[in-house]
Amino acid sequence: MADQQFEPKIVGFLCRWCSYTGADLAGTSRMEYPANMVGIKVMCSGRVDPTFVVKALKEGADGVLIAGCHPGDCHYSEGNYKAMRRHPMLLNLLDQFGVDPKRIRQEWISASEGELFAEVVSEFTDQIRQLGPLDWNKRIEADCETV
Amino acid sequence: MAKPKVAFYWCASCGGCEETIVDLAEDILKVVDAVDIALWPVALDTKRKDVEAWVPGEVAVAFINGAIRLSEQLEWVELLREKCSLVIAFGSCAHMGGVPGLANATNRDEIFANKYHRSATTENAGGVVPQTETAVEGYDLTLPTFWRDVKPLDQVIDVDYYLPGCPPPFDLVAAAVGAILEGKLPEKGAVLAPEKALCESCERNDTKPDEMTITEFKRTATSTPDPEKCFLADGYLCMGPATRDGCGLRCINGNMPCRGCFGPPPDTLDPGLKLLSAIASRGEADSEEDAKVLADSLVDPLGTYYRFGLPASMLKRSADTERA
Repeated sequence: MADQQFEPKIVGFLCRWCSYTGADLAGTSRMEYPANMVGIKVMCSGRVDPTFVVKALKEGADGVLIAGCHPGDCHYSEGNYKAMRRHPMLLNLLDQFGVDPKRIRQEWISASEGELFAEVVSEFTDQIRQLGPLDWNKRIEADCETV
Repeated sequence: MAKPKVAFYWCASCGGCEETIVDLAEDILKVVDAVDIALWPVALDTKRKDVEAWVPGEVAVAFINGAIRLSEQLEWVELLREKCSLVIAFGSCAHMGGVPGLANATNRDEIFANKYHRSATTENAGGVVPQTETAVEGYDLTLPTFWRDVKPLDQVIDVDYYLPGCPPPFDLVAAAVGAILEGKLPEKGAVLAPEKALCESCERNDTKPDEMTITEFKRTATSTPDPEKCFLADGYLCMGPATRDGCGLRCINGNMPCRGCFGPPPDTLDPGLKLLSAIASRGEADSEEDAKVLADSLVDPLGTYYRFGLPASMLKRSADTERA
């Protein structure tokens, strides 16, 4: 059951050329979307090291969004392809460790897709709300109170 | 002058680290010429009360192998920390948690359920599980507490130096003992092994193409690596780029890719995630579907990237969570 009181914390790594500009467009167009996501501008989705994602989750994020240019549109020609290949590998690793892969989402959002950006953030926030808090440190101990 | 005293102790380990010393065969006599072995549970019958009677500083150095899993192991290592001038984390388990540390991917209840109830070879009709205190025929019997997490040594006591490896090769052990005897130790907290990555001394490095592409991940269980070729270029996940040199290429020479027992070179935030990132960049996949196929061809990523270091990695829970 979704906890109605729970406000998810989401970290969004947004590529400076496409998705961050897309987020700006959503803002300047006065589109409404939940305020749960904190956007971090990065030069490229390919710059999002898996350690960034794990650090965000460890330090309190309930979900992480990685958004970059559509494949083929990367400002650095193939940075987003590196992100694309990394994504399923990180999901498989975290899944094995017990973190639901649905908590990490990758999206391609161009500078003109403000509407898509608002949709993605709304949908993702709902999804994380359904999943509930991650609470990295307590994740495994919940049922380990007694020897 | 009296010979310096040394202690060897084991915690959650397999006994392979003791084997490094035993493997010396008759050369052990040279060790005994140089030092007195004050404690070595695998070979000598020293009791805890004997160790408790030591004067602090009486023993020059304790080599402690194994990870910390039980309350009793904490009691022992705290005692040794108090009595010994130097404490050296000996081997991968004491250094980073080692193979026993992979248990941190699950939890205590799951481990007990599998071990005492579910596994195919378990016969336990009465559903008996270990208790820390049991009364049997008027006697109170106790067992150590099984902790929720496996921890490397430096998460429970102050550690002076680390000797990496599964097990540490004897040349590094001998160099460390020599440095202690001569008082030529590096700065506290150092890993007593080279600082470069394993690839730098790997003979197969020359076969690595300038532009490496990885099309799928193969397994040594189902195919045999080319004995000359760089493992990564051949499609086997080798931890070499994210692992410290100094092992003498034992696995590589046995035609097995590096599993990372020496841990990362200095200043590597997290060897597993860093290698994952590097490998992924070299993958051959131009669509999300192909990327998924490539990722899924690596069976057991957690056990591959963190075979020896899960409790010391970024994936660990924070140190301030309670122990038991």
